[in-house]
Amino acid sequence: MGEQAQLLPGTLDLLILKSVSLGPLHGYGVLLRIAQISGQALLVEQGALYPALFRLVRQGLLHARWGTSDNNRRAKFYELTAAGRERLEEETQGWNRLAEAIGAALAARPEEV
Amino acid sequence: MRITAWLRSVSSKFFRGDVLAEEVSEELREHIALRADDLERQGLSRAEAERQARIEFGGVEKFREESHEALGGAWLETLLADIRYSLRVLRKSPGFVVAAVVTLAMAIAANAIVFGLMDGLILRPLNVPHGESLIGLPNGSDPGFESYANYKDLRDRNHSFVDLAAFSFAFVALDTGNDPAPANGFSVTGNYFDVLGIKPYLGRVIHASDERGQNSAPYVVLTWAYWHRRFHEDRGVVGRVVQINKRPFTIVGVTPPGFIGTLMFMSPDFFVPIVTPLSASTGDVQDVRTDQHGVFESFGHLKPGITQAQAESDCSNVAAYLAKTYPKEFSQRTPVVLGRVGLTAFAGGVKAFIGGLMLLAVLILLGACANLGSLFAARASDRSREVALRLALGSSRKRILRQLFTEAVLVSLAGGVVGLALSVVLLRRISAWHPIPAVPIQIPVAPDAKIYIVALALALVSGFLFALVPVRQILRSHPYEIVKAGPGLRVSRRVSLRDALLVVQVAICGVLVTASLVAVRGLMRSLHGDFGFEPRDTAMVSVDLAQAGYSGAEIPAMQKRLIHAMEGIPGVQNVGLVNNYPPLVYTGADQQPIFRENAGDLTPLHAAMSPFAYGISPGYLEAARTSLLAGRDFTWQDGKDAPAVAIANVSFAEKMFGSVNGALGRYFKLKDGTRVQVTGVMEDGKYLTLTEEHEPAIFVPFAQSPMAAAWLVLRSQRDPVWLAAAIRAEIRKVDLGLPSEVRSWNELLQPILFPARMATLALGVMGLMGAMLSITGIFGMAAYSVSRRLRELGIRMALGAQRREVLRAALGRAVRLLAIGSAAGLALGVLASHVLASIVYQATPRDPLVLTGVVLTMGLLGLVATWIPAQRALSIDPLILLHEE
Repeated sequence: MGEQAQLLPGTLDLLILKSVSLGPLHGYGVLLRIAQISGQALLVEQGALYPALFRLVRQGLLHARWGTSDNNRRAKFYELTAAGRERLEEETQGWNRLAEAIGAALAARPEEV
Repeated sequence: MRITAWLRSVSSKFFRGDVLAEEVSEELREHIALRADDLERQGLSRAEAERQARIEFGGVEKFREESHEALGGAWLETLLADIRYSLRVLRKSPGFVVAAVVTLAMAIAANAIVFGLMDGLILRPLNVPHGESLIGLPNGSDPGFESYANYKDLRDRNHSFVDLAAFSFAFVALDTGNDPAPANGFSVTGNYFDVLGIKPYLGRVIHASDERGQNSAPYVVLTWAYWHRRFHEDRGVVGRVVQINKRPFTIVGVTPPGFIGTLMFMSPDFFVPIVTPLSASTGDVQDVRTDQHGVFESFGHLKPGITQAQAESDCSNVAAYLAKTYPKEFSQRTPVVLGRVGLTAFAGGVKAFIGGLMLLAVLILLGACANLGSLFAARASDRSREVALRLALGSSRKRILRQLFTEAVLVSLAGGVVGLALSVVLLRRISAWHPIPAVPIQIPVAPDAKIYIVALALALVSGFLFALVPVRQILRSHPYEIVKAGPGLRVSRRVSLRDALLVVQVAICGVLVTASLVAVRGLMRSLHGDFGFEPRDTAMVSVDLAQAGYSGAEIPAMQKRLIHAMEGIPGVQNVGLVNNYPPLVYTGADQQPIFRENAGDLTPLHAAMSPFAYGISPGYLEAARTSLLAGRDFTWQDGKDAPAVAIANVSFAEKMFGSVNGALGRYFKLKDGTRVQVTGVMEDGKYLTLTEEHEPAIFVPFAQSPMAAAWLVLRSQRDPVWLAAAIRAEIRKVDLGLPSEVRSWNELLQPILFPARMATLALGVMGLMGAMLSITGIFGMAAYSVSRRLRELGIRMALGAQRREVLRAALGRAVRLLAIGSAAGLALGVLASHVLASIVYQATPRDPLVLTGVVLTMGLLGLVATWIPAQRALSIDPLILLHEE
């Protein structure tokens, strides 16, 4: 369990898409899943999740339907649409490229310039 | 994909809004519950777990709202909320709403009606296939091509038209077997319907193949309206024979409903071939090259690729060829100008008039917007406390402005809908209107989709315009100051936007009032103008002997019999006869070239002048009350075999011979070489239009220039209805089968006066609208200023101010603005009236009567508008007022 990292603006959508891609989840489940797959390094403000979820539904990247959770509670489950899967691919690649580039820039040593 | 998902989201929000909101709340609740479960499992109590979960979650309400917004379509929701709120607010001030809607409705109706006129008369082409590319020689533009022989040459020799057709008028008596009744139709060339692309509704139409020389095509095609009216939609009419001017014609077909021929203003009853003579006295129409009444207009479609300019020069070439080949008969002097078919010679006048009306209508709309703008601004400052509170509670200025705009647009849309309904009703009425019963004139302006769009667009634009007025005020309002200041008004001496608006309103009203007064004055002048005859107490009888089959020498003899028969009617003072049409009737004035006594070359280019020429009987001058200034009237001795004589008018005498007395006994020549002696000189008059200036005219004895169609002029003080019956009875005694029409000269002058009358009516209505707008505007400002300054005025009165001072304090500003606006409006109106002068006869804008009239009117308006506020200001009781505070 590392230290908590700051969530960059705009990356919440990406994380949500990734979590849901691993299997349909309700809102709380997405929260847990993000914490889980990031090694507890990323904790999202709970309420802020929902506007993001709704936005992704409106953009056609997620699809929502009502169902029952494990505890027998009524919950809305979100799953990835085809467009969502595409977007996830794109964003992931973009993110990786960005990370690589910045990493390379930050690893520059005085001798290399 | 994205779009459909978005649409689904927004629509579900729209239709299942409440359910959705509930679902969102439930989802968030369930989330908190799940977290609480987890915390409980970790060992906390249920209550603790729930509390912890809620804290962790954050502001539920805030996230709920954000989630709701994230669903999309937020603008739609706020729009609906704004609309609901605006409706509530507007319901609280019904007076304002009614005033605003009525004002705007009138202005939009005015604009929609003028646009409808423009659309129906100018924009919309003739109701035939490809009407917009139908082009022709408008009547009167070049008399050379109005003879049938010349038309045929033009048709055969031009290289620009696919085919050239032509038409003329046919005013006849049509007898279906029961009784002859007057009917008005067109006589057309064989290719008329083919050039227009008209297919028959019943039977067939006339084709070029029917024309096989004189008398080869005794066919008649009925229009749908005439078939409906006279033949009661009897489908068996095809093949039936009717008598037109006592000659047999076979009905071959009916044209489709909606087809009214090639004149926009007139709907004919029938069509006959132009080659089939309608009377025995009409010679072979194909041979008379000089007969300038053979063809009214010719027209056709241009060949693809040919421009109008090319066609015009092509036609001019044909004209040049004809002038060279037939120098004696062809007198084309000006280059050929083509025009769109439908409006003929009226096109210029109609366009100018409608253009002027459109300008005025837009002015009225701007005035209405200014009016509503200041009303809105007044309301906005009344609501400044409410606005301040809302700002303080966290609303954004944008939100407040949006709501204000919604209010304005709601009011303007209401005004637009009412105005549109009004204009549609009026346009339909105008379309069905027959302004002059005797003549089949109509104004085809039935409303179509364009009007709806224009009216609603205008409403929206106006709404935005006058909503803009209070914007600056709201943007600059500071909540703290407003709430602290209370209801007092900061009286600023600077010129505000509302002042400027009021001045604009009043100026516009001033322009409209000036224009209407100028038009009214001009019309009054033209009605009492010097016609050269006295149109009152007359009975005019139209008798076309060709319709009863007379010809040749029978005609003057029969006309003399008719004159004597009329003289026998008791109560008839004088009887006369004039050939063709009396002066100023149906623009039927003929011009003839005349030459000097010793002129050798009698070609049109060498004519001394082309006066109006009339053939009259002895007694006409007395019947028409035209004064004879010198010489003698005609007698019955001035017959066919007597020396050729003429009575000239003063203009002719002076132009030709230098003076009235110098003209007596002198000679001039007609184009056929006849030497004519001037034996009398009569006063000047008007012959073709009301606006002409002293045109020369000559009058010859009717026996020396006989015509089958003539009018009898009777002067009598008897009751017109009785007189008409007596006249018809006398005519039937002379010849049972002779149809006749009886009208008074005043009635016959209606068509000439019609344009001026219409112009004055339209301007008068607009002037009235402008006046009403101004009154409401000034009243609004005056009432508002008085009500705001009640306290101040009360204090002034308590301190001993005189009535006059109080009034000056209360209304001074309004009156000053009124004065400035009126002056501006008057000046502009005088400038604009030069435009008017082209439409309304004798409209001199600098007439002192008009100027005084305008000043008086504006003063009266101001008085009426400020009366009530003034009364209110004067009746202030300082004690009561100060108590109320």
